[in-house]
Amino acid sequence: MTPPLDSFVMLSAALFAIGFLGVLVRRNTLVIFMCLELMLVAATLALVAFSRFNGTEDGDVFVFFILTVAAAEVAVGLAIIVALFRARQTVQVDRLDSLRH
Amino acid sequence: MEHAAFISLSVFALACALGVVLSKNAVNGAMCLLLCLAAIAGLFVELHAYLLAFILVLVYAGAVVALFLFIIMLLDMQGGKPWKFSAFQLFAGFVAAGLLLTGLDLIAIRGRLGAGAPVGHEVGSSLKYYADELFTTYMLPVQVMGFLLLVAMLGVIVLSRRASDGEGPA
Repeated sequence: MTPPLDSFVMLSAALFAIGFLGVLVRRNTLVIFMCLELMLVAATLALVAFSRFNGTEDGDVFVFFILTVAAAEVAVGLAIIVALFRARQTVQVDRLDSLRH
Repeated sequence: MEHAAFISLSVFALACALGVVLSKNAVNGAMCLLLCLAAIAGLFVELHAYLLAFILVLVYAGAVVALFLFIIMLLDMQGGKPWKFSAFQLFAGFVAAGLLLTGLDLIAIRGRLGAGAPVGHEVGSSLKYYADELFTTYMLPVQVMGFLLLVAMLGVIVLSRRASDGEGPA
């Protein structure tokens, strides 16, 4: 027996909020990036739940594309972080403040 | 306990997600992310999305977290102070996350999402359905995704070239 839809949506919302919290409070670029991935996966959980309760599988197919884009995004993002580390010798966002003043 | 599997998996996923946010060491955070993804794959199984659970473990837990760990090791960020922010920033972060959570939960409650029942489809038919959808309705998006992966691959190659190799950015 599957649990009701609202419990899945609330769990997805909670995971999304935790990822959002991590993006806001952490200072390490890699941890921020991991929290972004967490938010993405939380959204896919809601999509899969909605598609199961609607009887259509278009949401599931959409999750396919989300996972593909996420894989490409991680590759490009980590390459950017490595290039940033090479240029600045740090990945802490509070020390990357060239555009601040 | 009626939904014991769901409750244990969701509590585990939430605890591991908090571990990603709160762990001082980035390697521990990546491990928590791995466990959280495994729990979410379990929830996908409970929603009868077996193929997506498999792909989530393969792509995310396999490739993405391994890539994260690789970069963490490469940049050697074991030291440093992860908790260098003011109490005001922490407070603002918790308030913002709480507001977001409240808003999203209100949508679930006011929309009466709990009333519906899952629409069943026979087990094992979904793989054929995916193939049918991907090669008919979603043909163009599949092609665009392939092109996107190609562009991302080229972009990573350009980004990871050293500055001394040529005139490219690095």
